This record gives sequence, C-alpha cells and structure tokens, in this order.
Amino acid sequence: MTADPIVRMVNVEKWFGEFQALRNISLDVHKGEKIVLCGPSGSGKSTLIRCINQLEKIEQGKIRVNGIELTEGKQNVETIRQEVGMVFQQFNLFPHLTVLENCMLAPTKVRKASKADAAATAMRFLERVKIPEQAEKYPAQLSGGQQQRVAIARALCMSPKIMLFDEPTSALDPEMVNEVLDTMTDLAQEGMTMVVVTHEMGFARKVADRVIFMDRGEIVETADPETFFTSPQQERTKTFLGQVMH
Amino acid sequence: MFRTFGFEEFWFILLALRWTIALTAIAFAGGMVGGLVVALARTSALPMLRYPAVALIRVFQGTPLLMQLFLVFFGLNLFGFKIDPWFAAAAAFTLHASAFLGEIWRGCIEAVPRGQFEASWALGLGYKDRNVSVILPQAARIAVAPTVGFLVQLLKGTSLASIIGFIEITRAGQVVNNMTFQPMVVFSVVAAMYFALCWPLSLFAKRMERQFSKALAR
Ligand SMILES: Nc1ncnc2c1ncn2[C@@H]1O[C@H](COP(=O)(O)OP(=O)(O)OP(=O)(O)O)[C@@H](O)[C@H]1O
Ligand SMILES: [Mg+2]
Repeated sequence: MTADPIVRMVNVEKWFGEFQALRNISLDVHKGEKIVLCGPSGSGKSTLIRCINQLEKIEQGKIRVNGIELTEGKQNVETIRQEVGMVFQQFNLFPHLTVLENCMLAPTKVRKASKADAAATAMRFLERVKIPEQAEKYPAQLSGGQQQRVAIARALCMSPKIMLFDEPTSALDPEMVNEVLDTMTDLAQEGMTMVVVTHEMGFARKVADRVIFMDRGEIVETADPETFFTSPQQERTKTFLGQVMH
Repeated sequence: MFRTFGFEEFWFILLALRWTIALTAIAFAGGMVGGLVVALARTSALPMLRYPAVALIRVFQGTPLLMQLFLVFFGLNLFGFKIDPWFAAAAAFTLHASAFLGEIWRGCIEAVPRGQFEASWALGLGYKDRNVSVILPQAARIAVAPTVGFLVQLLKGTSLASIIGFIEITRAGQVVNNMTFQPMVVFSVVAAMYFALCWPLSLFAKRMERQFSKALAR
C-alpha cells in the first residue's frame, strides 16, 4: 500500500496496574481495510481497539490515527475521536434522547452542523440501517437489534474515517444478530475501513481482509481469512479455532 | 404582663414564617449553584479540582450545622464585616447546602452508566456538550428525590439560625413563649408549621423516587 495507514500502532504496551493487557502491539490499518480481531476472553481485544480512540491510555509505544499522533495532548484526542466511530456491545444510546436526536447530537455540537442538515444526514443513515420509521422513538422502545443499528447510524453521522466495533452482536438475542451483521456487511461493501472484534466467524470469513488472533495481550497470528481458518500456523490459534468452530 | 396565646401571637409566628422560607429559598438557590460547581469539581479528572471539593465536603459533613453557623457568624466579624444575622445565616446555609448538594449530585453523576460517558467521548463531544447534553440530564432524573429530601433537612435546619438572633419561626416561637409561658401550645404551633411545609415536600420526594424506580424497571 502506498497511502499512509489510517491507524498505525507501533510497539504499544498497556498496563492496568500490575497487569499487562497489551504486549508490544504493532498494527497498521489501511484505508478501506476490514480487520477482524478474535481471541479468548480477556486477551485484550477490547483494550486494543479502545486505545485507538483513547478510551484507554497507553503506557508505551505510538499510535497515529489519520496522520495525527494520539499521544500528544487533549486537543488531538478530541480531534481523533471525531474521525473514529465506535459501536459498543451494550449499544450505549442516550436513553433520554430520541433516535433522531441521538444521531444529531454530535454533528450539531461537534461539527457545528445546522439542525436541518444534521436531521437530513441522520435520516439518510437511519434509512441505510433500515429503520427510518423509528426516528421519533426512544431507545428503550426499540429491540436490541434496532438499537444497535441506531448506534451504527449515530456513529456514521460523524462521517468517520474508520469504524470500530466491539462485539456488536454479543448482547443481542440470536434472531437479531443477522440484521446487525447484514448492516455491517453493507457498510464494508461500501468501502468503510473497519476493525471488528467479534466471535462471528462467518462474518470474518465473508468480510475480513485480515483476521488477527490475540491471546494474553499479544497478536499471535495475522492472516487472510482463507489461510486463517484452513491452515493456521500457531498452536494457540488452532486450539482457539477448535473451541469456537466445534 | 402575661398574655395568653391568641390570634395575635399566632399571627406573629406566622409572619416569621416568611423568613424561614426566605432563608431556605436563598440557601437552596445558592446551594444549587454552589452544589453544581462542587459536584463537577468532585467528579473532575483533574486532582487540583477534585481535592478541594473533597475537603469542602468532608468539613461540612463532619461538623455540626450549628458550628458552621457560628464560625461563619463570628468569622465574618473577624474579617471586618458588621455582625448581621441575616447575612451570616444566608452565607452559612448556602455553603452548607453547596457542600451537601455537591456530594448528593456527585453520586447522581457517578450513577450515570459508564457507557454513557464512553459513547460521548467516542463521538468527540467536549466537556461542556458532554455534560449539558448527555450526563447531567440523566443525573438530574436520579437527583430529584434526594435533592427534595435535602431541601426538607435544610428547611428544618434553619431553626438553628434562631441561635444567632435571626428571627424565623423558631425564634418567633421563643419570643411568644417568653410572653405567654405556654410552651406546649406555642411550640406545637411552630412544629405544625414546619410540618405543613415539610410533609408535602416529603410526599413529592417519595413520589419522584417511585417514578424513577419505575422508569428504571422499564
Ligand atoms: N479497567 C480495567 N482495569 C483492570 N483490568 C482491566 C480493565 N479493563 C480490562 N482489564 C483486564 O485486561 C484484560 C483484557 O481485557 P479486554 O476487555 O481487552 O479483553 P477482551 O479480549 O476484550 O475480552 P472479552 O472477550 O471478555 O471482551 C482482561 O484480563 C481484563 O480483566
Ligand atoms: Mg471485550
């Protein structure tokens, strides 16, 4: 690739007190790339993507996002966060705001968009995630799958350069998993740069350019999905795949 | 000479009720402003804001209200202010309310789920927008019941201002008692007036509490 990567992590180390959550992580994410992160519980997947928008501070190493050094002060952090969309396992919609208001908040406050523009943008993305008719409802009135699609639309309204997903379907009832995965697949096909933590191996196979396996804070193996699933190199990867694929 | 407790005496106490209400209102209004500042400082990421707020809260929680009142009353004099019960009482109760509301609201801010903070950070919302649009509206819903509860405490607490010579209903009751020597009658009337103010507030607080737990259960 010739262009600068959207995310460049170099030798990142992260501790929670005495516990080392990330060990020597180096990772480039290029424009348009889709990366799936997997690994056992506690391996540091969430921590890794949360470092990209500084929900976690790192102790060592460098992170550049969209050409801006993340380790250089508060102003940079807020600038970066505007360019990085994030979708959480628990949706984290604002319960006191309607779906439409959830989607309009950051564009009007952060990007200083007019109410009318922000509403038009919000409706466009709500249509893309196929729930424009829910715009006036409150999050608590929607199903889990619908809430997660609103969360995706809310992040997209900021026109992010990259989208981070932290187990977006893990809190959903099984019958709602697919509507969210379909939305994410559409997004991938439109060329969005994505880093997805998920145990949905079908999604990884279909959408990922690279699959990364983490264990105990380290990146153990990185491969294209075909190689990753059919001929993993590392023992730990094989064990893990044996467990999740049955 | 002695007088018996009659309408005139009742009226005297009732008129003093406005000073009880005025002192409560001033302290509560001032305490809302001060309390917001204290709560925001107390929950700040900056230690230089957090520690003074903690110290203020500890001091006011760890000393009797009467001592706070005395210290402000005599302290103001020390700094060259003329001794004025009105000013001293208003200042002391405002500080007291700021510290207590600050601590109550800190709890409410911290009761807003962590994910709400994270979602606001992730969207790039700055400090002001994050608080005004996301955190404080949710904290406020939790805060209504305990805040009204504190208002009831504050209203009853203003009776202590009688000790520094501030004429509110307790003081008015003492004055009337000195003339009538009918303490049971006089102080029953005073107590009934407090009750008439506090009871509806307590009911309101209870109702808000119930409504909130229902909203949570949804
Ligand atoms: N705030 C924190 N304080 C202390 N330890 C933490 C904190 N957050 C995470 N950890 C620890 O860091 C390790 C990595 O956590 P992380 O959430 O990144 O794992 P994960 O791979 O996302 O796991 P899961 O699949 O369960 O979500 C875990 O052992 C966890 O206990
Ligand atoms: Mg996780």
